[in-house]
Amino acid sequence: MMLSKGLKRKREEEREKEALAVDSWWLDPSLPAVAQAPPAVASSSLLDLSVLKLHHSLRQSEPDLRHLVLVVNTLRRIQASMAPEPTLPPVPSPPAAPCVADNLLASSDAALSASMASLLEDLSHIEGLSQAPQPLVDEGPPSGRPTGGSPPSLGALDLLGPATGCLLDDELEGLFEDIDTSMYDSELWAPASEGLKPGPEDGPGKEEALELDEAELDYLLDVLVGTQALERPPGPGR
Amino acid sequence: MLLSLPALHLQTSEYHPLFQLPHGRRGPWCSPSGSPAPLSSETGCGEGSWILVCRLLVPTQVSLLSMEEDIDTRKINNSFLRDHSYATEADIISTVEFNHTGELLATGDKGGRVVIFQREQESKNQVHRRGEYNVYSTFQSHEPEFDYLKSLEIEEKINKIRWLPQQNAAYFLLSTNDKTVKLWKVSERDKRPEGYNLKDEEGRLRDPATITTLRVPVLRPMDLMVEATPRRVFANAHTYHINSISVNSDYETYMSADDLRINLWNFEITNQSFNIVDIKPANMEELTEVITAAEFHPHHCNSFVYSSSKGTIRLCDMRASALCDRHSKFFEEPEDPSNRSFFSEIISSISDVKFSHSGRYIMTRDYLTVKVWDLNMENRPIETYQVHDYLRSKLCSLYENDCIFDKFECVWNGSDSVIMTGSYNNFFRMFDRNTKRDVTLEASRENSKPRAILKPRKVCVGGKRRKDEISVDSLDFSKKILHTAWHPSENIIAVAATNNLYIFQDKVN
Repeated sequence: MMLSKGLKRKREEEREKEALAVDSWWLDPSLPAVAQAPPAVASSSLLDLSVLKLHHSLRQSEPDLRHLVLVVNTLRRIQASMAPEPTLPPVPSPPAAPCVADNLLASSDAALSASMASLLEDLSHIEGLSQAPQPLVDEGPPSGRPTGGSPPSLGALDLLGPATGCLLDDELEGLFEDIDTSMYDSELWAPASEGLKPGPEDGPGKEEALELDEAELDYLLDVLVGTQALERPPGPGR
Repeated sequence: MLLSLPALHLQTSEYHPLFQLPHGRRGPWCSPSGSPAPLSSETGCGEGSWILVCRLLVPTQVSLLSMEEDIDTRKINNSFLRDHSYATEADIISTVEFNHTGELLATGDKGGRVVIFQREQESKNQVHRRGEYNVYSTFQSHEPEFDYLKSLEIEEKINKIRWLPQQNAAYFLLSTNDKTVKLWKVSERDKRPEGYNLKDEEGRLRDPATITTLRVPVLRPMDLMVEATPRRVFANAHTYHINSISVNSDYETYMSADDLRINLWNFEITNQSFNIVDIKPANMEELTEVITAAEFHPHHCNSFVYSSSKGTIRLCDMRASALCDRHSKFFEEPEDPSNRSFFSEIISSISDVKFSHSGRYIMTRDYLTVKVWDLNMENRPIETYQVHDYLRSKLCSLYENDCIFDKFECVWNGSDSVIMTGSYNNFFRMFDRNTKRDVTLEASRENSKPRAILKPRKVCVGGKRRKDEISVDSLDFSKKILHTAWHPSENIIAVAATNNLYIFQDKVN
């Protein structure tokens, strides 16, 4: 019995059984291994296994890039082999779109591809900023592009603020995309410096401006939390 | 006037005739000639010629073992460790490297620690103890770090150690984790100054007003102390995980390679490095290949190779351009259509690349094979050795349990005639390039009596299993030999199995 490494989740045990079953189905024990031609089409369990691995890899705080790339490439191969075959067993994940290499991940799992793309982009985004201050001029052999190794490049990243904000910002923006803000476009939402409400209390003092800012924040939070914003008419502060 | 030179007779060596190297070649960076040693009737890696010299454990409790202490070891092991699956994860050895003379052997572990062993000096009384290695120095090279910018923990595991050639009394080595390379100086201190004027014997400052006479401090002998100090820290130059470091033959520069980039450093400059290879695509979604290993040519300081996850090797010349994105040579073997599978790419991913000492060949390790390439021939390797082809039918299971991603290393012997690499079940394999014979040996406590000859092992693929054979399904895939090292001039090898370091020696005739 082969010892397998890694977490032993119940689901993985089932996978292992399926995987071993694939092995034996794959080969005729009487013939030497090399002479066997592997099936042209992968089983759906192999696809699921690969998707599972991709998930697992992406969930790591810092994925092993080599592992990720190899799994993705293998997944592409599996997808490529499955696509033209009409009599395939149904694939549990969303149906395979016409396989363009770039869309392969998207077809298997939209959220997955989004998270992978954002993860990889995020890596490049942060990394790109660290490259920004470096001159790209070639100084001739044997020197290459000097990569600043210390504080100067890190300074640029410091200005960015907490890195987790990168991902978080995307999520917040994503949340707001769905919201139709036309209903809430009122003077209340005009910048504080220009005055905030059309009511009798015009020319708000600093204190009132602050109160209104808080009101705006409350309102914002309510929208986020999903309370019935319509029930609360946008009044001149609270 | 021509003088006929007398024939040069080499003293007969106590070492195996096949691997006999000329005497006197003890310079730190001498490289044995690339021509194969004369063949003899016995093969160097043939059956029954390797013996266990010592097994070294580097957990926190035990520091040294030798044959005589083996019985005590068992007691210690029973109380602390049982078998090595219970050993602390921090003690798992992650890299092994001999220095250029073979006098020192360094190991790095997952806990960020470096342990250096020194060879026992030959003495008349205990001739048989020569070849043993004792602990020389232990130090914490890397600590776990936290990258606050990315909210990521940086592992302290030592990925690689590389020695610098010795140029004075001190020893220098490079050690690296995923992100930071450090240059360590290991030096001996056997004298201490005594008789300071301003300090008393305990080191407390004396009141200058009480000093009436002056004396000159003298150096007095003390117990030998070996101290390791970090001399340089090369940090913040790698976004991705460092997988290789390689010291250049000019001994002034070295390179560090991560998944997507290779940087060139000068030993004296830590705040700047030159990027010489960059394979990062503009759009990360287009990423399909990563760098897996890199090494400088042993003699030509302008040349280096790097391998990829797609099974290719590129030779680059730094004189051609500042950024070596265009290779000088591209080594790739066309895929064998009969062996094609969904795992073809994964098993072709190269986990290690090593130049031969001669500089004429490169050796690569992928999941199932070791290949030797001639630098003058790019379209295919000149030799291919099957390490454990019986796993070819098990690739799906090995993919499922992630073993297919294991990164095995490979090494040359001093004369480039034998290559060695690890496998599963604590097996390691040696291939004699001249005789084409190979042997499988096992590094395990149960099967190794002190000084006993290692018995060759055999894996049975199918059909009837003979008495001493082990079947493929009985192999323990958690016991993998990823890291091995070969002494630069003698037949002494170091094999790392989890937290155990085995030292084997060719049997002295």
